[in-house]
Amino acid sequence: MPVTVKTFASASEAAGALSSDRTARYLGGGTLVMRALNEGDVSISTVVRAQDQALTRIDASGPRITLGAGVTFARVLAERDLGFLHAPARSIGGPAVRNMGTVGGNLFAPTPYGDFTVALLALDATVAVQGGFGARDIPIEEFLQARERQAGTLVLSVSCTRPASSEAFCYRKIARIKPKGGSVITLAAHLPISGGRIAGARIALGSMAPTQIRARAAERALEGRSLDAATIAAAASAAAEGTSPFDNALGSAWYRREIVGVHLRRLLSGQE
Amino acid sequence: MSKVPLQFRHNGRDVAIFVDGGTNLLVALRELIGDMTPKFGCGQGGCGTCSVLIDGELHLSCLTLAETVGGRSIETLDGMKQGPNLHPLQRAFADHFAAQCGYCTPGMLMAAKALLDRNPSPSRDEVIEAISGNICRCTGYEPIINAILAAAGGRVSA
Repeated sequence: MPVTVKTFASASEAAGALSSDRTARYLGGGTLVMRALNEGDVSISTVVRAQDQALTRIDASGPRITLGAGVTFARVLAERDLGFLHAPARSIGGPAVRNMGTVGGNLFAPTPYGDFTVALLALDATVAVQGGFGARDIPIEEFLQARERQAGTLVLSVSCTRPASSEAFCYRKIARIKPKGGSVITLAAHLPISGGRIAGARIALGSMAPTQIRARAAERALEGRSLDAATIAAAASAAAEGTSPFDNALGSAWYRREIVGVHLRRLLSGQE
Repeated sequence: MSKVPLQFRHNGRDVAIFVDGGTNLLVALRELIGDMTPKFGCGQGGCGTCSVLIDGELHLSCLTLAETVGGRSIETLDGMKQGPNLHPLQRAFADHFAAQCGYCTPGMLMAAKALLDRNPSPSRDEVIEAISGNICRCTGYEPIINAILAAAGGRVSA
């Protein structure tokens, strides 16, 4: 079914068009919206685009980095200052998908996709959105919990704090096909160390619930402790707590619950 | 629903067409321009056989809204051969039995061209990475990887 394509010069005009039309979807890189159109999704009758350069801006110079919603994964990979985000960006799709897919679109990618968002969740990112009532910043966790209701808002950018050191942040995607494939489980951990102890642990999991979630029980097991074998074992055994995984072609809910702790232990202890 | 005028460069030639709103670039190329080299595979971004170069960058034409390529340069497999001569990558694919049923071949060749255009002497791992978004169900990938490495190394029959 033909759809109406509306292209705007500014993000705020696009946000206005998006919030006033329930059948409108914002087109970023196309990997989600075009796929839905190709599958005959009749709930979309308007496609909204914005050619606002602010949406493709990268600010990676300071301790807090900001990525425009329209920044592609290929551009993240080309940015030397974003080294800590290279592993999550590289784990997405093949080169063509990385040339197209965007940071903002990844926030809406349903499981088994949305791997970059797992990294952003571990890094306590903030999502800047513009709706009918103006722009505001939302903590990524809150954004994800209300994701189904975000369709009428336009994501402008995502920002997060750079990890204190390269060892403080780690990421791994478990897939059946290498180097590309949907996620069986995706894990990201940000463990800042202060005085030899973990302070502010954040563990994020993909494909363990309808949206990306934090493994809070594992975080509690790590908080305030030194990162030794006993602590890692405690975090691993708590990894599945509070999760609600599902069955799909890549793995069953039971399998995901069984292996999430194994992969968290391997990730935190630096094993392959 | 009215049609939208669209102009872009297709393999070095200016083209002008009218597209329905929401038409993807693959449909525009195949049905409106008559370039049948990009193939429809999954329509989801999973198989890579619709791969084309947009301003030299590898994209999936089935997930590209046709209206977004106005004024841009599109390269498809149809523009790869040089006159009557096959492109070295095409020759290498023939020499190394890298095409069996042939359905993935247009996408594989475009992904390989995107790689060699920016990295003329890739490692084996870089070749594997470059075609990781393209699925082949016949060859087991080894002949394709070998063909791309051969084309990069100039080890292709004339």
